[in-house]
Amino acid sequence: MNSHSDPIEHGEHEHQIVSPKVYVVILLALIVSTAATVWASFWELGFWNPIIALAIATGKMLLVVGYFMHVRSSTKLTKLTVGAGVFTFLILVGMTLTDYFTRAWGRW
Amino acid sequence: MSDSTAIAQGVAADTHHAHPPYQRHHFETIAQQNDATNFAMWLFLLTEIMFFGGLFTAYLIYRNWYYPAFVAASHQLDVRWGTLNTLVLIFSSFTVAMGVWCAETRRKNGLVLCLVLTFIFGMTFLGIKTVEYHEKWEKHHIPGIHYSLQSFMDPAKDEAARAYGDKPLPLDMARHTEIYFFLYFAMTGMHALHMIIGIGILVFMIFRAQAGAYTTGHVTYVENFGLYWHFVDIVWIYLFALLYLISRHQ
Repeated sequence: MNSHSDPIEHGEHEHQIVSPKVYVVILLALIVSTAATVWASFWELGFWNPIIALAIATGKMLLVVGYFMHVRSSTKLTKLTVGAGVFTFLILVGMTLTDYFTRAWGRW
Repeated sequence: MSDSTAIAQGVAADTHHAHPPYQRHHFETIAQQNDATNFAMWLFLLTEIMFFGGLFTAYLIYRNWYYPAFVAASHQLDVRWGTLNTLVLIFSSFTVAMGVWCAETRRKNGLVLCLVLTFIFGMTFLGIKTVEYHEKWEKHHIPGIHYSLQSFMDPAKDEAARAYGDKPLPLDMARHTEIYFFLYFAMTGMHALHMIIGIGILVFMIFRAQAGAYTTGHVTYVENFGLYWHFVDIVWIYLFALLYLISRHQ
């Protein structure tokens, strides 16, 4: 059983090493999107200001989770864990907010 | 089970298969161990997401209820500091990611350099946060008995409020700015606490990395620290949007 001596080459799921080039591209994308979100906040867009800011933040989150945190090159178990966690999070936050935001509807 | 107890219990020595020293005995293969640790780390991060989720939800509910107060209070934050701190954290995430790569490709000096850079970025973030907190202290914007409503009742005399052209708030609405700052300190304070814990682990790792601990093929520790640090970065990305950016206009 000496095949275990080098885990990188003999793992069941080959351990994928993400290249520094990918990290540099993601870094640049994150810098650009930070500039974009700050720039967008200077414009008076009413209802759209928070939507744009949160959409860009979510885009940045996906880049960090997908590439810096290696979820894209991870096992299905990890992908499912992250997906299930985000889904549960959205249900908890979403349901709570729909409750609070609609309590006084029709009363004014 | 250690080797000595295995022998003591009369288990045949050949049932104990060979493996690298960092593989725990209860795992069949190193890949199984890596999967299990990665899974466990993500479960921990999910509990953290739920924890911060509670704070985000509280913030959104109060912002919805006391909207004018939250808009006026958020004008007291300086977008320039927030942007700078966002960039500092993004760079620190990059250096951690590069550190993981150095550990994977067994570059000891590269790993130490990346960890030291991450440490510097982390301290820079906390330094900028201290400057911001200090400004809140000076303007009596820290919730408590010394909290002052002056910036919101009389915005013409407040530089930050004047820059946004804020109108004076009635007393009952102005009082709710204290809730904004309470949540501001709760959320950024919890985030800063995570940074401080991360920096503590980072210092430990810098010494271990110098001794060559993570460049022998066993990268789990560095990898999981990376997941933690990136998570803290993601929390800040949302804090930046929610606290600094979304309420700049009425």
